[in-house]
Amino acid sequence: MTLVKAKTLRVGDGASAVVVPDTAPPVYKRRRKPLTFDKISFFVVFLGVPLAIYLLFVIWPFIQAFGYSLTDWSGFSPKQNFIGLQNYQKLFTDDIFMKAMGNNILLVIFLPIITIVLSLVLATLVTVGGSSKGQIKGLRNSSFYRVVSFFPYTIPAIAIGIMWGQIYDPSGGLLNGILTSLGMDQFKSYAWLGDKNTAMIATMFVIVWGFIGFYMVLFVAGIKGIPAELFEAARIDGAGRFRTAVSITIPLIRDNIQTAYIYMGILALDAFVYMAALNSGGGPDNSTLVMSQQLFFTAFTKGQFGLASAMGVVLAVATLIFSGLVFLVNRLTGGDKDVSL
Amino acid sequence: MTTKIASQEMKSLHFNPRKPAMTKGDRAVGAVSHTALSIWSLIVILPLLWTFMSSFKTSSEIFASPFALPSQWRFDNYVRAWTEAGIGSYFLNSVIVVGSALVIVMVLGAMCAYVLGRYVFFGSKAIYYLMLAGLTFPIFLAMVPLFFVMRNIGLLNTLPGLILVYVGFALPFTVFFLFSFFKSLPHEITEAAALDGAGEWRTFFQVMLPMAKPGLASVAIFNFLGLWNQFLIPVAINAAGPRVLSQGLAAFAGQMGYAVDFGALFAAVTVTVVPVLIVYIIFQRQLQGSVSQGTSK
Repeated sequence: MTLVKAKTLRVGDGASAVVVPDTAPPVYKRRRKPLTFDKISFFVVFLGVPLAIYLLFVIWPFIQAFGYSLTDWSGFSPKQNFIGLQNYQKLFTDDIFMKAMGNNILLVIFLPIITIVLSLVLATLVTVGGSSKGQIKGLRNSSFYRVVSFFPYTIPAIAIGIMWGQIYDPSGGLLNGILTSLGMDQFKSYAWLGDKNTAMIATMFVIVWGFIGFYMVLFVAGIKGIPAELFEAARIDGAGRFRTAVSITIPLIRDNIQTAYIYMGILALDAFVYMAALNSGGGPDNSTLVMSQQLFFTAFTKGQFGLASAMGVVLAVATLIFSGLVFLVNRLTGGDKDVSL
Repeated sequence: MTTKIASQEMKSLHFNPRKPAMTKGDRAVGAVSHTALSIWSLIVILPLLWTFMSSFKTSSEIFASPFALPSQWRFDNYVRAWTEAGIGSYFLNSVIVVGSALVIVMVLGAMCAYVLGRYVFFGSKAIYYLMLAGLTFPIFLAMVPLFFVMRNIGLLNTLPGLILVYVGFALPFTVFFLFSFFKSLPHEITEAAALDGAGEWRTFFQVMLPMAKPGLASVAIFNFLGLWNQFLIPVAINAAGPRVLSQGLAAFAGQMGYAVDFGALFAAVTVTVVPVLIVYIIFQRQLQGSVSQGTSK
């Protein structure tokens, strides 16, 4: 406080202050501003209200789920006995749950890779399909494709599921209509979702259909963010379109691809809506049953809340392992090298 | 005038750097690209068009031929879907729930992101990581305990309960996205506002919030799509309550199984799809901008 006073005195000292430069840099004494009502109410409301809602409806249930998973609680009885890891033991010896987990793993392996490869191909076609001379340009009149591709993302997943359920309909569906009109009469009343050989593939196609456009738009945005000089330099060095895509584009949008891979994987581990809409019972021979469906059934139909919570924990752990694996693979294959600009 | 002369000169030299000739290879690549993209567009559009067309048919017409146009453009499918199947009231419920949740989460999310992004205090990092954790864990993990939380506070199967849960689950994404946005706004502006005598509240609502409009718009679009399409939360904690659209649609499709009113089902799907599609086509430029913003962070 004294220091500040001395300074003000010197400044007020007229001529000398102008001639004599400040030898010491100005020192501002940091001190806490008095807590006014304005400030206190600001912090309480701005931080308190959102946090209260978040803690009560999101974090608290997450924490409770771990606790429930160690009990045999059936929800409506007041008694919950601690049974340790018995629920988990039960899950890993339950054939149906293991089948569901297998289906989830199948989805996690195929869904992200198929969706991302196809959307990358489409994004590349849009962005480098233009002339190979002059300014670097995308394909002409390609904004139409981008707008159309995004349509499925705006449609609620449940509506997508119901719509495709009708398209796959054995007798009145669009798909069999097209196939039979092309002369393939063996598909006259083929039940795509009713045959265990095709149910999973047909379901995967629906999910891929719903997401290709979104990731295509995402990748197009990423590619457009790459400076044109880089593409010009590559072209001058004699790189063709394919080479440019593989050696320039993909390394530079690697982070976008990783994000997309993780999102798609998390979706594949859930997949509840699509499965519920296309084959709510788990499909022929449980061929499209997934863990989330089994969780829902165990909790809200059978009332075994302890067991269902254990399934939730398994699902969460699977999600974390998957994300960790994607990060690890990306790192091991050179993703940590600094290629960003 | 000068440009005209310049371009004439160029022409006389048979040299035009602006429009390079397309080589044969370019044409081939262009043709292949257009073909591939057109096929993809067809795969996207055909199912939608077919659904739209079928929504005007009777059930027997649908089964007679999947391609034939309806014998007449009748709207009674829509009337039945809207009133008898209750799609009209579900639609209204969805508008109420999503609308309220969106407004609340945008305000609360912006406030929380602003405090976290611009003030350093004890625990601010911890709160930020808590938000990130909410983004990582699958919603499924929370469903069972959430059911009992809602029952204990008496909001199970009610629209206000649904709104609060929507707000809770949309909050981490909103905060996470707006956090970096508020952080990047220059500090001089807050100082100027403080010098002009604005308190913390006023600085936020009259200075910072208007500046964050582009970021808010992007987040709002994604939150809207996410909440409008939400299926699991209403099915789990609002099973016996007033239904929202996605939930009602599923129930309608599930219960009719054998009753076969496919025309009305197609009409219900169309009613669900078309409004959002129209809004998307109007705002598609902004939306595609937000996709690129949202992923570069």
